[in-house]
Amino acid sequence: MVNELEFEKPLNQLREKINELKAFTTDSEVDLSEEIAKLEERLTRLEEDIYSSIKPWDRVQLARHPERPTALEYIEELFEDFMEMHGDRLYGDDHAIVGGIARYKGKAVTVIGHQRGKDTKENIKRNFGMPHPEGYRKALRLMKQAEKFKRPIICFIDTKGAYPGKAAEERGQSEAIARNLFEMAGLTVPVICIVIGEGGSGGALALGVGNHLHMLENSTYSVISPEGAASILWKDASLAKQAAESMKITAPDLKGMGIIDEIIPEVRGGAHRDIKTQAKAIDQVLLRSLKELSKMDEQSLVAQRYDKFQSIGEFTKETV
Amino acid sequence: MLKDIFAKKKKYATIPSEHDKNDVPEGILTKCPKCKKIIYTKEIYKNHKVCLQCGYHHSMNAAERIECLADEGSFQEFNQHLTSENPLGFPDYLEKLEKDKKKTGLNEAVVTGVCTIDGHKTVLTIMDSTFRMGSMGSVVGEKIADAVRVAEDQNLPFIIFTASGGARMQEGVLSLMQMAKTSIALKRFSDKGGLIVSVMTHPTTGGVSASFASLGDYNFAEPGALIGFAGRRIIEQTIREKLPEDFQTAEFLMEHGQLDQVISRLDMKQKLSVLLSMHEKGGESW
Repeated sequence: MVNELEFEKPLNQLREKINELKAFTTDSEVDLSEEIAKLEERLTRLEEDIYSSIKPWDRVQLARHPERPTALEYIEELFEDFMEMHGDRLYGDDHAIVGGIARYKGKAVTVIGHQRGKDTKENIKRNFGMPHPEGYRKALRLMKQAEKFKRPIICFIDTKGAYPGKAAEERGQSEAIARNLFEMAGLTVPVICIVIGEGGSGGALALGVGNHLHMLENSTYSVISPEGAASILWKDASLAKQAAESMKITAPDLKGMGIIDEIIPEVRGGAHRDIKTQAKAIDQVLLRSLKELSKMDEQSLVAQRYDKFQSIGEFTKETV
Repeated sequence: MLKDIFAKKKKYATIPSEHDKNDVPEGILTKCPKCKKIIYTKEIYKNHKVCLQCGYHHSMNAAERIECLADEGSFQEFNQHLTSENPLGFPDYLEKLEKDKKKTGLNEAVVTGVCTIDGHKTVLTIMDSTFRMGSMGSVVGEKIADAVRVAEDQNLPFIIFTASGGARMQEGVLSLMQMAKTSIALKRFSDKGGLIVSVMTHPTTGGVSASFASLGDYNFAEPGALIGFAGRRIIEQTIREKLPEDFQTAEFLMEHGQLDQVISRLDMKQKLSVLLSMHEKGGESW
């Protein structure tokens, strides 16, 4: 099976066996329906077991799944009349970030997201969803535009990280990310950020300073990729699995630390199994967020964002 | 003989006759400059002057553009009686203006007014490159700035279709200042939340591209349009390099981050209509 995930192997083996038996019964006279029913029951139990105890490393695999729905696919499902807008008006148009205006339940919103490709050709065009400074500057331009026209902003986060390249450094990758954090802080419209895949470090955070932050159940959000952490900490990238376990990068972890607002439940087996159902789950949370935030005035939106991020950090004060 | 190896040099040159150059009868048929296909002029007009074979956008004058954008009969023009003076006493300037007025039936290189697009009311400003190459002098500046003021007073969107060679040489520094005049008008309008849409058509260059044409909340262009600040020849002479073929086309600008979208004329009205509708206040909150 293509794109088989390690932890799903036992399930797939069982499914194969069931299919074999089914094929056999239709071809011959022997009735095996009892056996098949038994196996199917076992499959359900196994699914229950496996999917209810997904390990962090398995979630990393799900978040990176080549068929995992991308920002544009969710945009297609959730919004109407999406008009993509291009370019940072400074240097170029970065295809690793998409953005534009659209209608959500009849009203105009600005939507922005990291965009991976689904095949090699598209991945090359979109630089595997790893933006250059012009991508962040396009995003900021669209956010400022949303602010001018008093539209809420919805960001879909899905990147391994900002692109580590020569050209990106020359054009100010750090400045572009920093500028977004700084400017997003002051936006006078609701900002809702949803991590749909990988939330890779500063490159993800540059679209992530929102009033509400949600994560899909099997997405990750981290200061560095597990491979990166393993090679920095233990000088061995193959210890990524171990790093994934210890770094607390899953949605339940971030919820536990009070960083995200809601975990958006995923379709069993991952979002790629059924994008329409997945979009509906996002839709519910998004609508709830928008309803809540659109009641707030401009100052309270800025203040809420300020308080939200000022409260993050763990430390103790020594008593003197 | 050895002499025969070398071909004989022609002792004469052929000059194609006027008739041969224009191998298409004037009026009835039009030859596409891009794909060279010869098509009935009527057919091209029916297709908003877009080549049916290759999509080449033939240039349009202001009246044609209004016809294909504004709802029928909705366009009401402003300031059609403003007329240029000859502030620098430039020789032959007034005569040239007079000639273009007769030729185009316009008073200047821009037509401004208000109209509806699929029912959405908007200020619509259209430059016409058949009048003095769409160049910007005092009247063009004043008409555009005034159209912005109307949009500001009446809370309407401001849409401009640009087509211009740049500033008008015969009005000297007064022309240059129209860049600032129009931009300042747009700034105040924008600060009040006004919607600015710029659509750059062939050609949009010099002082026009370096002022209002680039100041849209949304900057669009028609396919293949030439857009740029300095002319190709000037750049090539300055940097002593040959420039790429697609340099300064709409598609080139799009790739370089300057445009939101390149929009075919065939989709223009529909897209503008959706855009306008998304900027109208209305509806309850979620």
